[in-house]
Amino acid sequence: MEDAIIRVQGLRTQFGDQVIHDNLDLEVRRGEILGIVGGSGTGKSVLLRTIIGLNRPAAGRIEVFGQDLGQATPEERLAVEQRWGVLFQDGALFSSLTVAQNIEVPMKEHLGMPARLRDEIAALKIAMVGLPPEAGSKYPSELSGGMRKRAGLARSLALDPDLIFLDEPTAGLDPIGAANFDQLIRRLQVNLGLTVFMVTHDLDSLHAICDRIAVLAEKRVMVIGTMADMLRHEHPWLQEYFHGPRARAAQPQKEELLEEAST
Amino acid sequence: MAEGWLKSAAGEGGTMLLQAGGHWDARNVTRLDLQLRDLTPTDDMPVVLDLGAVERLDTAGAWLLYRTLKTCRAGGGRADFAGLTPAYQTMLEQVAANDQPAEIEPPHPAALLAVLERLGRGAVDVGEEAKQQVAFLGLLLVCLAGSLRHPSRLRLVPLVYHMEKVGFNALPIVGLISFLIGVVLAYQGATQLQRFGAEIFVVNLIAVSVLREIAILLTAIVVAGRSGSAFTAEIGSMVVNEEVDAMRTLGLDPMEVLVLPRVLALVITLPLLAFFADMLGLFGGMLMCWLALDISPGLYLERLQDAVSLWSFWVGIIKAPFFAFLIAMVGCLEGLRVTRSAESVGQQTTRSVVTGIFLVIVVDAMFSIFFAAVGV
Ligand SMILES: Nc1ncnc2c1ncn2[C@@H]1O[C@H](COP(=O)(O)OP(=O)(O)OP(=O)(O)O)[C@@H](O)[C@H]1O
Ligand SMILES: [Mg+2]
Repeated sequence: MEDAIIRVQGLRTQFGDQVIHDNLDLEVRRGEILGIVGGSGTGKSVLLRTIIGLNRPAAGRIEVFGQDLGQATPEERLAVEQRWGVLFQDGALFSSLTVAQNIEVPMKEHLGMPARLRDEIAALKIAMVGLPPEAGSKYPSELSGGMRKRAGLARSLALDPDLIFLDEPTAGLDPIGAANFDQLIRRLQVNLGLTVFMVTHDLDSLHAICDRIAVLAEKRVMVIGTMADMLRHEHPWLQEYFHGPRARAAQPQKEELLEEAST
Repeated sequence: MAEGWLKSAAGEGGTMLLQAGGHWDARNVTRLDLQLRDLTPTDDMPVVLDLGAVERLDTAGAWLLYRTLKTCRAGGGRADFAGLTPAYQTMLEQVAANDQPAEIEPPHPAALLAVLERLGRGAVDVGEEAKQQVAFLGLLLVCLAGSLRHPSRLRLVPLVYHMEKVGFNALPIVGLISFLIGVVLAYQGATQLQRFGAEIFVVNLIAVSVLREIAILLTAIVVAGRSGSAFTAEIGSMVVNEEVDAMRTLGLDPMEVLVLPRVLALVITLPLLAFFADMLGLFGGMLMCWLALDISPGLYLERLQDAVSLWSFWVGIIKAPFFAFLIAMVGCLEGLRVTRSAESVGQQTTRSVVTGIFLVIVVDAMFSIFFAAVGV
């Protein structure tokens, strides 16, 4: 069985003349939480969108679950799509549906589950992401930003995916909310065996839950490795990123969280 | 794709043995759910759920197993899992810890009550809307007066931009429709008037109806559908994106920035469009008279001069700015009334077009009464 869930080789993406990635290689291993960091505009979101197929790459090969997405037939693509979940930056919930109905969309569309079972599973997912039961019948416009994120996460977990993509999941959350969210992701990863691909700027998240970190710079993945590798690396940008004034405040706390998650 | 399965058998010591196996995941739970719901454990018979053969378990599958156990226990019987691995154990605990019913939809009242409620809400809403329209009219006039006093505050670039969009770009469709209506009127009028040998009066018919009513009314309806809806959708999407709120916090008045240029653009261009529609309507009539009735263009123009006074023309044009004001005002107001959902943009856009056309026709009727009273 292949050990890399996502394998990107020689990826090149561009908009018009502007080249965003050039000859980019990346591997995401089964069961890990990979954090993607990089300066604003280095193409983290574009990379995420390209892997999930919302952007067409100009060149290169993208394999997810061992399936080359460039060559896949629509059926094969759909099969892969059902095995991943995506949380967009602002949740991207359907505004005409309640939270519970949002979570039920993939179950209804892809699996044709009966309403009663859908309701039960939706309730379960709502509880799993830590939303109160009343939130189920609320519309997205009636939720706070953090609640929208949780609801978006619940929807991305609806089909029990093996892999989830998160775009800045903790941006815009208060520190307590962000820490809870980190914990939630870690817990889900441990209990459900998820692989997580996470774009983030949040140093606390990087310290607390990421198994490996990939740094996007100079149009490619410049460095990939554990937090310890990052701290040792002497590239000036990395030095500034991981040793700057904000970095010092973010204490390593991964071990604590791991303990909590497994109890 | 791997299947999940469930077998029931009589276990040792009078227990009911349920054997689960294969893939208990989201893809298979629909079938398994049916099977489990049909299952009625006999009273007092202890149930054992054996997971020994399960190869894959996710939260959906775990939920089914957990729920089965729960219902069995709730019936007073004994029920237990067997063959648990630590991973399945964790998954089941996870599910058990998150077992809480959630609300799916806001509560619905009974059907009859719902109809009554909708009716009531609709009525209140109409009243509310009328009130808001009056208030909005007031605000708009204040804003207009403000920018008349300080003309430098008027935003010229958006004004010209909207004039192009709502006026210039509407020329082809407005022209085509008026032309065709001119043709139709000439043809229909002629077949009726020929019976009295009075086909020459078809010119009067065309001139009076096109100039006084049809050209302006059709133009207003086309513009309400084309531009009124666009105003609502544009402003509505901005409300959804919180752009309008951002504007307020930056000290910009949405009334001045968004509404006024649109209203003024339409008030300036609709009379011009109406004039264009007049001309093409008359031209369509002329062409049809010439081709079908042998009334030469020269004769047509001569009759035209006799048939209509200048007032017939003005009666049509005078109405244009009023209609424009109504359409633009309703379009912008409905846009600002959008709540933060994509659905509401659609709703308000529909509403804007319907209300716009309705108001145009009501005001047109009032104008008819007014012009009849003053005798033009
Ligand atoms: N649809 C698009 N058309 C043209 N250019 C685009 C498009 N989407 C992104 N870009 C460009 O691609 C570059 C990378 O954008 P991207 O959104 O991936 O940045 P990012 O790394 O996610 O930054 P941030 O941390 O600010 O979210 C930017 O320069 C952006 O201008
Ligand atoms: Mg981004």
